[in-house]
Amino acid sequence: MSGQISHEVAVRVRVQIPSPLRSYTEGAATVAVAVPLLAPESPPTLQSVLAALDGAFPGIRFRMIDEQGAVRPHIKLFVGGVLARNLRTKVQAGTDVMIVAALSGG
Amino acid sequence: MPRARKTTLRAPARRVTLLIATRKGLWTLVSDTARRGWKLAGPTFLGHIVHQVVADPRGGKTMLAAARTGHLGPTVFRSTDRGKTWKEATKPPAFREGSGRVVDHTFWLSPAHPSEPHAWYAGTSPQGLFRSDDDGATWRGVDGFNEHRDRKAWCGGDQDGTPDGPKLHSILVDPRDPKHLYIAMSSGGVFESVDGGGDWNPLNHGVRADFLPQPTPEFGHDPHCVRLAAGQPDRLYQQNHCGLYRLDRPQTTWQDIGVGMPKATGAIGFPIVVHPRDPDTVWVFPMDGSDVWPRVSPGGRPAVYRSRDAGKTWKRQDQGLPKSQAWWTVKRQAMTSDTRDPAGLYFGTTSGEVWGSRDEGRTWRCLARHLPHIFAIETS
Repeated sequence: MSGQISHEVAVRVRVQIPSPLRSYTEGAATVAVAVPLLAPESPPTLQSVLAALDGAFPGIRFRMIDEQGAVRPHIKLFVGGVLARNLRTKVQAGTDVMIVAALSGG
Repeated sequence: MPRARKTTLRAPARRVTLLIATRKGLWTLVSDTARRGWKLAGPTFLGHIVHQVVADPRGGKTMLAAARTGHLGPTVFRSTDRGKTWKEATKPPAFREGSGRVVDHTFWLSPAHPSEPHAWYAGTSPQGLFRSDDDGATWRGVDGFNEHRDRKAWCGGDQDGTPDGPKLHSILVDPRDPKHLYIAMSSGGVFESVDGGGDWNPLNHGVRADFLPQPTPEFGHDPHCVRLAAGQPDRLYQQNHCGLYRLDRPQTTWQDIGVGMPKATGAIGFPIVVHPRDPDTVWVFPMDGSDVWPRVSPGGRPAVYRSRDAGKTWKRQDQGLPKSQAWWTVKRQAMTSDTRDPAGLYFGTTSGEVWGSRDEGRTWRCLARHLPHIFAIETS
């Protein structure tokens, strides 16, 4: 899916992948995904970054976002080093998305 | 419905594989043909919370594993080469977007009717029923249950479930009719559908729910495990939070078969196992359900109890098991039988031991220890 997007209407976003999700990225700790832009002047949202990530690595999104669109309890998402409160958070050009698998018990 | 005759055919000697689902992954125990020697292998999915792994009994090579991790959401893994390699379902069980409900984990996997060789059912926590028609690759909700107008009343809230979440389990398919289904819920009770899951009705008459203000309600019970008798699909056995029961259809009132259990042992437990050929033989693994519900072997002396007369009388079977200071818990999916003759019985404990009997429970020996908390054991 990401390969069909031209450079004029998509931006590349770097996403840092925690170890519990690297089975989806063939072990890669950082991946870059092409995220389509709805409008040239409007940065993509975290929602669209995760959709692009799932397009590149099928199944990865559902492990961290539930079927009602909420971030799962032990997952944190950071955009440019700041904790994202929801998936509508804008991802500005040049900022990384970091997925953190927080403590989840013994 | 006439009662099926007990078969005298002797099952051929073959190896038995135990699929041991644990809180930290999947292990297997494979026997020799005499079931004397066992070889432990694994882990697969190390670190995953594996609730159950089931091999397709319909002749296929498919195996399904219900898994999640502490961090990540629930999924189903599939193998089409008897467990050598695994792929994740492309669409795991999930409630309808907008329903407000979220699958915490898939708890129970059941193959559908043999006439539907690629179909499976899954039960989830919280209570949801799902179906796959492609060997577990994609799953859809069974709307007749998940969207039923009474579903919320039947299931109650999260506080009505077990400590790690309310569950839908014991998905049973009538071998004579693919549309005749039973399910059980902790809590909620036992329900029946005669139209392939399009509609459901409670089937709990005669079962106590003494933790409720009205102890004999229409629903709201806590069945721990329900099984169909082999060769006699009009007979169901139930290990309930409030005792042991048998139902012979077309009757709709369950019979209390816990009255024959010793008073000091009681009739409470999680699993119930039916004989692979004899519909009158059934095994249970009692646990302490007194005061604060320790849920361990009564008195620290574990034992299996067997009935050979459909629950009228019970016999203690503990030869080879520890005589004292063994405070085991055996969960509802963690006890099973094989199809050999005599039947083998197996159970796993939350303390990570697997015990087996090759003589229908007369004698027991430990097959593995030091495993993680065992959730389920299935044979293949």
